[in-house]
Amino acid sequence: MLELIDVESYYGNIRVLKGISLRVPAGAVVTLIGANGAGKTAALRAIAGAVKPRSGKILFEGRDITGLPLHAITRMGITMIPEGRAIFRRMSVEENLEMGAYSRRDREIARDIAMIMERFPILKERRAQPAGNLSGGEQQMLAIGRALMARPRLLLLDEPSMGLAPQAVAEVFHIIRELNKQGVSILLVEQNARQALKVSSFGYVMETGRIALSGESAKLERDSRVVAAYLGKRA
Amino acid sequence: MFWQQVINGLTAGATYALVAAGYTLVFGVLEIINMAHAEIFMIGAFIGLLLVTGTGCPVWAAVAGAMAGAGLLGWALERLALRPLRKQGVSHLAPLISTIGVSIFLMSLAMKIFGPQSVRFPASVEPRFFNLFGTVNISLLQIVILGISLALVVALKVLLARTRLGKALRAVAENPEAAGLMGVNVNSVMAAAVVMASALGGAAGVLVGLQFNAVSPTMGIAYGLKGLAIIIVGGMGSVAGAVAGGLLLGAAEVLAIAYIGSSYRDAVAFIILIAVLLIKPSGIFGKLEGRKG
Repeated sequence: MLELIDVESYYGNIRVLKGISLRVPAGAVVTLIGANGAGKTAALRAIAGAVKPRSGKILFEGRDITGLPLHAITRMGITMIPEGRAIFRRMSVEENLEMGAYSRRDREIARDIAMIMERFPILKERRAQPAGNLSGGEQQMLAIGRALMARPRLLLLDEPSMGLAPQAVAEVFHIIRELNKQGVSILLVEQNARQALKVSSFGYVMETGRIALSGESAKLERDSRVVAAYLGKRA
Repeated sequence: MFWQQVINGLTAGATYALVAAGYTLVFGVLEIINMAHAEIFMIGAFIGLLLVTGTGCPVWAAVAGAMAGAGLLGWALERLALRPLRKQGVSHLAPLISTIGVSIFLMSLAMKIFGPQSVRFPASVEPRFFNLFGTVNISLLQIVILGISLALVVALKVLLARTRLGKALRAVAENPEAAGLMGVNVNSVMAAAVVMASALGGAAGVLVGLQFNAVSPTMGIAYGLKGLAIIIVGGMGSVAGAVAGGLLLGAAEVLAIAYIGSSYRDAVAFIILIAVLLIKPSGIFGKLEGRKG
């Protein structure tokens, strides 16, 4: 479904992706783990079109999407939930969901909003409030709900558990499973490597702009290098 | 006497509000100060004047024509002076300079075409007065200015609150990248903001030209400075703030003329604006929370 071939990208003069290649098969949850600054976010931003790769190719459903602008990539069926969620704090909860459907022109938008409010009742309760008033966990629910309004076929999630209370983290991973069951392919970037490997079928480990290691998530979970660097001792 | 001043103040304030709404729209969405706004306002006034003298069309049609012309000018400004700089990712000071360049160009162009002296509207649009009650008079012109200004500000508010474009404008104002992630074409929305702001400026130009029955290449200068003062006092990026600030400035000026003397008009008005800022530094409707990222 998604394939990166030798993608290189820069932030200013800093080479943050030193030629990475990875694949997300249709219907899969694939995770990208690694230390801070390894280039995980840079990889997602290159796929979503937030930064243009200097070289390499990004293919989505067989089409070359390298260097397309953000909005064009969204319209093709890829939606990213960026780190920090990036909800529209001054707009109401309902308007945030409407913005999620911005690229759609069909008549089912209202129905989808109702469905998402059904799934996340807190959003229904606070539909008219500015989204900035929601708690961190609620904002993450809104960010996910807003992303789903675009009916993405591939969802890019950047650190969805960051800064959330433990119950909210559990809820986020539960939702990831649920979405995947509904047929959404997911590329998940996480600091929480243990949970990320549990929820995914395949994983890539990034180190300083390169893919250092990859394999089935179940195997990575037992790999001594991964355990030592990212999983630590079992709590 | 007092109510007469209130009507005069509201009329002056209504045109200030229109000019300021244009500044605040561009600032809110693009985070830049459009220094060419005052000259687009002036060009709008000339377009209105040419329409009235050339075709004898009614005022509303002249305003509509000026809005269309000024809007087109805004589109060109965005494509030629703003978007190329944005693509380079340069600092926010660069568009400040490029719009100053456009502003000088437009003023020189108007000088060349129309000459430096001010031009009057034909006698057919001279004011007629209606007596409201007792000593209070309102001219047909004042009614037209108030009516058109109110209609435009309400239209802008409704557009921002209810329409797809309005939501996209607010989303880009808050977080351009997140808006892009929603599928919003950020460049187009930014162009729309400049076009709308310029159209408002063009309408204000015609109304001000009618109000003082004078259109000149330098008429934008004072309005530009006041428009900037208003959006700082009203709260940068807030349309409600631009309207409140505009009306406040208009009222302050008129009351200063009536009760203190016309030579102190600008001094008194700006003292009031400074006083507001001392009490609330973020402006009347200012939000302390800025854009992220």
